[in-house]
Amino acid sequence: MIQNAQDTANSIDARASVAAPALLALLLGAFLVLGTGFAHSDTIHNAAHDSRHSFAFPCH
Amino acid sequence: MFRRIFFTAILAGLLGGLAISVVQEFTTTPLILHAEDFENSGGDGSHKHGLLDRGITLIAPALAHGPADSATSTWAPGGGLERKLFTTLANIITGIGFALILTACFTLAGRPISGQTGVLWGLAGFGIASLAPSLGVPPELPGTLSADLVSRQSWWFLCVAATAGGLWAMVFRKGAGWMIGGIVAIALPHLIGAPQPESIGGNVPPELAAHFVAASLVTAAIFWCATGWLAGTFWERFSSREA
Repeated sequence: MIQNAQDTANSIDARASVAAPALLALLLGAFLVLGTGFAHSDTIHNAAHDSRHSFAFPCH
Repeated sequence: MFRRIFFTAILAGLLGGLAISVVQEFTTTPLILHAEDFENSGGDGSHKHGLLDRGITLIAPALAHGPADSATSTWAPGGGLERKLFTTLANIITGIGFALILTACFTLAGRPISGQTGVLWGLAGFGIASLAPSLGVPPELPGTLSADLVSRQSWWFLCVAATAGGLWAMVFRKGAGWMIGGIVAIALPHLIGAPQPESIGGNVPPELAAHFVAASLVTAAIFWCATGWLAGTFWERFSSREA
């Protein structure tokens, strides 16, 4: 019983330790995609224009 | 774990973005340039082959949307190599962004990952970020008539989030309830309906627009398979180094 509880605790610890870097990667990835594909700045739009159309991000 | 996630994503995104930049040169880019010719011609049939026939194949994006854009002083890359370089840079940044999301999913799912399973994850990414939204907001060429940008972008996010959630429920949860819930989530944005233009009939010929939809989806499928395979392969390799 104690061993099971310890295993569960270890498992929760292990999941928590991977969750933080994974969420950080998720947020950074979304930030990059938002920047190149969705930002309303004219300069970014012009620089990434062909990439936006090719990836079928809503454009113009 | 930080190093494994970020090294995997940066390498996969960099190589995937570079690879797709080469593919785009043969699939989507020629169609975008051709469409810009019609966009500038204002629908005049006499310009049907215009710039392409005259050998002018690269024009600056800021100049490609008619007088309204060209009258402003907003920076835009020049034609030719400069435009290609900025497109490649945007592809690489987008590639790293999507690869970061992919590797975050590898981590959160906690399943064994290899190049082969990476392709399956990549195909899921294709279904979520390319295929599902294309039903409501199809890939568009410059000059296509479309609804308000913010409402299309909002619907795109709704569709991507609902499809990702629905797919997760169907793949990683067991039971009929999750399956039905997943199907409902995936169908919901399409039942709500994507914003549509008030009128249709832009300057771009329908043959060109139809070709672009296929070209964009095929290109996206190649990107997602390649990036998924690369991310899965690097993920597995960095795992054995950490062990």
